[in-house]
Amino acid sequence: MRKSHPALTAFWSDRRAAAAAIFLGVEILLVLLLPLFLDQAPNLTDRAAGFWAPPSAQHLLGTDDVGRDIFARLLHGGQISLLVGFASAGLGVVLGVPLGLLAGYKGGKWEYWIMRACDTFQSFPSIILVLAMVSLLGPSVWNIILVIGGLGWASVARLVYGNTLSAKKAEYVEASRALGAGDGAILFRTILPNVVAPVWAVLPLKVVRAILSESSLSFLGVGLRTPQASWGNLTQSAMELVTLTTRPWAWLPPGLCIVATALALLLVGEGLRKALNPRKRQ
Amino acid sequence: MTNYLVKRVLGALPVFFGITLIVFFLMNMAPATIADAAGGGEASSAAARAALEANLGLDKPVPVRYLLWLKALLSGELGLSYRTGQPVLGMIGQRVLPSLILTGTGVVAAVAIGIPLGVMAAWKPGGRWGKLAGGLTLLSFSAPGFFLCVLLIYFFSVRLGWLPAAGMYSAGGGGSLGDLLYHLLLPAGVVCLSNLGSLVRQTSSACGEVLGEDYIRTARAKGLPEGTVVWKHGFRTALLPVVTTVLNHIPHIIGGSLVVERIFGWPGMGSLLFTSVSSRDYTVIMGITVVIALTVLATGILMDIVYRLADPGVGWGGEGR
Repeated sequence: MRKSHPALTAFWSDRRAAAAAIFLGVEILLVLLLPLFLDQAPNLTDRAAGFWAPPSAQHLLGTDDVGRDIFARLLHGGQISLLVGFASAGLGVVLGVPLGLLAGYKGGKWEYWIMRACDTFQSFPSIILVLAMVSLLGPSVWNIILVIGGLGWASVARLVYGNTLSAKKAEYVEASRALGAGDGAILFRTILPNVVAPVWAVLPLKVVRAILSESSLSFLGVGLRTPQASWGNLTQSAMELVTLTTRPWAWLPPGLCIVATALALLLVGEGLRKALNPRKRQ
Repeated sequence: MTNYLVKRVLGALPVFFGITLIVFFLMNMAPATIADAAGGGEASSAAARAALEANLGLDKPVPVRYLLWLKALLSGELGLSYRTGQPVLGMIGQRVLPSLILTGTGVVAAVAIGIPLGVMAAWKPGGRWGKLAGGLTLLSFSAPGFFLCVLLIYFFSVRLGWLPAAGMYSAGGGGSLGDLLYHLLLPAGVVCLSNLGSLVRQTSSACGEVLGEDYIRTARAKGLPEGTVVWKHGFRTALLPVVTTVLNHIPHIIGGSLVVERIFGWPGMGSLLFTSVSSRDYTVIMGITVVIALTVLATGILMDIVYRLADPGVGWGGEGR
């Protein structure tokens, strides 16, 4: 049997991080599987229950302003928010890692232009660009992923760039060059594996950022709109005074879901950071 | 120092042009142009539409329009609003002070709470202060600003009825400093909470590093009181890295307060940006973006200079930060 990676062992022995990872796993399973067992559709109006029905056995969190089951929408919104979070973070990594590698390894003009582009993207409040681009492209799930992910490359690229610079000078790279390895082999087989480890540790943080960006946009009414549910636009019902004051069950659960998910992701990130740093592992 | 300043400004120029380029082409990639939004029903005929576009200068090719806009920008003009016809610079000018009041108060409060807390957390990481700092940091990183706004409004405005949920002054009879502070408390509280986490974390990590140094052990061995060791020897050395992280954080601070402004109906640049985005008032969007970019870049340079003045060891040669 293959022995598990020492970093993984370290990760699972960190009780807080392990609990957070299990929480996330359970949450993802619930959000994906529970709708299959629930006989409520997120976009179906229940005429019998009416609008703004209070929580009951049939509608666990009541119904919304057009009689849709809020609990079903919460689950469906969870699928969307998590999808946006993970897909945007993934896109940011897919774009950022090669650019960072290129800037760090090639140097010269590559380095100058890629790093200036990094400066540009990082010296600017990204929510403004996200806001402008989403309102221009149209607020669909894939457009939001495209925009948040497309703007999220800079921090990953900077991290990979720094690590590539130091890896380039490392002895093991010189050794493989001395053995006659070409640029491609050195870049992908020698440097990449060493540079990618820290990216794992920032990935959960990127997911948090993406979930928070999407939910902020959707909350403000410039992101995903009904009938498409997301945790952000479900919380938006709180902007209406009567709902805010008398129906906390409509807006509190989606907001708490965002906070709990973000919290769990942050703890996982912290655990990964510790586990991937061999000096801190002991 | 002059050489350094020139070098930094020249270094910031490509970033600034990069931002203008991104913003301009973004606005002009838009599938729906201002002619759709401004004209409404009347501009539906092709001729009327063409006239409107010519009037706004939209009939020229995009690169030409970019250069024209850049030229106007360099002479200090931001053009006229597509929607209201007012000069953009004036529209932004009215909004700067409210934004500064809100963000400034929130950030100052965050610094006043976050830095002492960070130092205490670095001093005794496992202690009561360390736990409080850790909890607040996680909360600040994981709770989105809009949800904090909703919760605070729910408790303090709706349940307790203590504080107003919107606006900068009371309707009628307002305008006093007390009234402003009364309206400022909740939104500035959210700005403070959103920025507290990174401040506490940076302070405690910078301070923690310093407190492990040899000269701190020497100071303790000399028998100096613990307070003097931590605050005078430890904290003063840790202050510089803290200042630079605050500086790197500025784009996030501005971005975060946009959401708060919008929810609390605070008449700042954030609210203006939101109305401009929804009405596709591109000249205003571009104007605000440029002003924010300039602010971020200028504070960056300013803080780098302060950093160098404060720490003679850094010198004026390298890139810094």
